[in-house]
Amino acid sequence: MSGVVEIVPIAGMGGVAVGKAAPLREEGEQPRHSLSDATLSSLPVARRAPNRGSPIPLTLGITLLYLGLVVLLPLSMTVAWSLRLDGEQLRQVILSPRVLAAFEVSFGAALVAATVNGVFGFMTAWVLVRYDFPGKRLLDALVDLPFALPTAVAGLTLAALYAQSGWIGAVLIGWGIPVAYTPTGIVVALTFIGLPFVVRTVQPVLMAVDAELEEAAAILGANRWQTFVRVTLPTVLPALLTGVTMALARGLGEYGSVIFIAGNRPFVSEIVPLLIVTKLEQYDVAGATALAMLTLALSFALLLIINLMQAWARRNLPR
Amino acid sequence: MNIQLHDASKEFGSFRALDRLSLQVPSGELTALLGPSGCGKTTLLRVIAGLEFLDRGSLLLDGRDATRTPVQERQIGFVFQHYALFGHLSVFENIAFGLRIKPRSQRLPEPEIRARVLELLAMVQLEHVAQRHPAQLSGGQRQRIAFARALAPRPRLLLLDEPFGALDARVRQDLRQWLRQMHALVPVTTLFVTHDQAEAVDVADRVVVMKQGRVEQSGTMEELLANPVSPFVADFMGGVQLFHGRLENGYVRIGEVRVQAEIPRGNRESAGVGVICIRSHDWRVQRLPGGEESWQTVVRHARPQGAIVRLGLESLQGAGRFDVELTREQYEQDRFQPGETVFAQPSQARVFASGGP
Repeated sequence: MSGVVEIVPIAGMGGVAVGKAAPLREEGEQPRHSLSDATLSSLPVARRAPNRGSPIPLTLGITLLYLGLVVLLPLSMTVAWSLRLDGEQLRQVILSPRVLAAFEVSFGAALVAATVNGVFGFMTAWVLVRYDFPGKRLLDALVDLPFALPTAVAGLTLAALYAQSGWIGAVLIGWGIPVAYTPTGIVVALTFIGLPFVVRTVQPVLMAVDAELEEAAAILGANRWQTFVRVTLPTVLPALLTGVTMALARGLGEYGSVIFIAGNRPFVSEIVPLLIVTKLEQYDVAGATALAMLTLALSFALLLIINLMQAWARRNLPR
Repeated sequence: MNIQLHDASKEFGSFRALDRLSLQVPSGELTALLGPSGCGKTTLLRVIAGLEFLDRGSLLLDGRDATRTPVQERQIGFVFQHYALFGHLSVFENIAFGLRIKPRSQRLPEPEIRARVLELLAMVQLEHVAQRHPAQLSGGQRQRIAFARALAPRPRLLLLDEPFGALDARVRQDLRQWLRQMHALVPVTTLFVTHDQAEAVDVADRVVVMKQGRVEQSGTMEELLANPVSPFVADFMGGVQLFHGRLENGYVRIGEVRVQAEIPRGNRESAGVGVICIRSHDWRVQRLPGGEESWQTVVRHARPQGAIVRLGLESLQGAGRFDVELTREQYEQDRFQPGETVFAQPSQARVFASGGP
C-alpha cells in the first residue's frame, strides 16, 4: 500500500451517474408558480383557497357596508340633490361659460401638475432608492410633508413665496413669468400637494427591482440609458401610473392650498371646487351639487381611463 | 476566449472576496468554479463579466488587458441563478434583447434577428413558448430561455452563476445533461459556478476549486480526483473520508490503528499531525483480521444504493465512524449484518501533513 493514488473511475459519488440522456422533460405546460420566485407575491388574492363557509364572507360584508356608508352614501346624496334641478336648469348651470372655464382650469392644472409630478416624483424616488448621501433620511421624511401640512398653510406659504413681492415670485416676475394669481400658480400648488403620491408609490417598487435585471441588460450590451428605458422604467411603469393617478385625483379635488395662490379670477384662475363653495355661499345648493355631479362624472371617467391604461400595462408587463 | 487573472484582489469592506488570486482558464472548455459559499467564486465570475472591478491585480481576456473594460464591451454571456429574465418582455423579445440593443450600424436586419431568435428557441426546445412571458414558464424553462438570451449575441465567453441552484433536483439533473449537449453543440468557452461537486463532476471538463478567495487547485476532473493537493480539495471532490492522525516514521496512527502511507514530499518531518484521506471505495472488508493494518469495526448499517452498497462502520479502536462503499457483488459474497464485527483495510491512502500543501 502506498500513498500514490491511481486514477479511478468516479463511481458512486452521490448517485452522479444516474441521470440518463433523456430528452428534456417539460415540467408542466401550465404556468407553474414556484415558491422561489417573486410571482407568488403578485398573485391575486382570489387565487387562494376560496372561503367555503358562508356565501358572503364576514370581511367582505363589513367592507361593503363600510364603503356604502363612507363613500356611496355621500355620493348618492350628491346625485339626489342635483336631481332637484330639471334638465334645462342643469344645462344652464353646467354650460355657463364661467363654469366651463373653471373646469378647464381645474382639469388642465391637475393634469399638468400630475405630469410634472410623474417626472420629478419618479426622479425623487430614484434618488432616494439608488443613491446614498448625507441628509437622505431627512429628504425622505420631507417628501411626506405635503401630506401632513394643513392645505391652507401650504397655500399661504406658496402664495407668500410666489407673490410678486415674494422670494421666488420677485425673481420670476423679473423674467416675465407671473405665478401667483395665474393658472401657473394653481399648477405650483397642485404639484406641491401631489408629489408624495408619486414618490411613495414608485419608491417601494423601485426598491424591489432586481439589480440582476439591470446587470443582465448591461451584459447584453445596453448602456445605462437603454437599460433604464427598456428594463427599469417598464418594470416600474404600473406603479408610476398609479402614483400619477392619485396625484391627479388629489389635484382635481384640492381646494385649500389653491385658493390662496390662484387669485380666483373668474375665467382665468377659478377652480371648480371654489365655484361650488361660492354657489353654496349663495344658498344655491342645487347648483353646487350639479357642479359636484359633473366633477364626479369627469373624475370618474378620467380615473377609469387611467385604470384601463394600468390594466393594459399590467397585462403587457407582467412580473 | 481564454481567461487569465494575476494577483487579483477584491474586497467588500473588510471582507476579502478575492485574495491575490491567479488563474488561467483555457479556451473552449467547460470549466466549473467549485467551492463552499463565501469562497469568492461568484465574485470571480462577476469580475470576469465586468460587473465588479478588481481592487488590485489584472484580468486578461484573450491576452488583452480587460481589467477596466466596461461590461458592455466584453462580449460575454451571463446566466444568473434566478434567471433575471425581463418580465415585461415576451420570451422572444427577451432573447432578441441583446441583438436589438446594438447600435444601428452593427445591428442585424430584422429578418436575421428573427431567424437567430427562432434558431435559439429551437436549440433550447422551447419554440412553442416564444410569445409567452417569463412568469408563465416553469423554472427549468426560464433557465433555458436565460441561456438562449445569453447566447444570442454570440458571446466569446459564457458565464453561469449557479445556473441550476434554484431548480428542483429532477430538473437539475436534466439540465446538467442538457448543458453538456449544448456545450458540444456551441463550443463557446464556458465557466460555471457551483458549490455542488456532483454537478461539477457531471458537467465540467475542468474544475477550479476555490477556498477563501484563492484557487486551491485547478485541473481536469481526473487530476483533482487522483492528486488532490489538500484535504480540502479531496474532501470537496467528495467520495472520501478524512481521518486525523499522528505521523510516525512512515506510518499514520489514527486512534489505535496504524496505516502505512507515503508522507508527501516537502513534508519530511518524521512526526507531526496529519490528515489521512481514504476513498470510500478503497476498502477491503472481511470477517477475519487481516493483519496490522486492518481496522476492527462494528457494522452500523448497510444501505444498498444502486450498484453499490454503503456500509456504515464504527471503529472499535478509536478511529471514529466512516462509510465504506462495496460493489454489489462484493457485498453479496459476505452480506455483513448490522451489529457484526468486521475488519476493514484501506487499499490506498493519501496523507497530508497539517499545514502542508
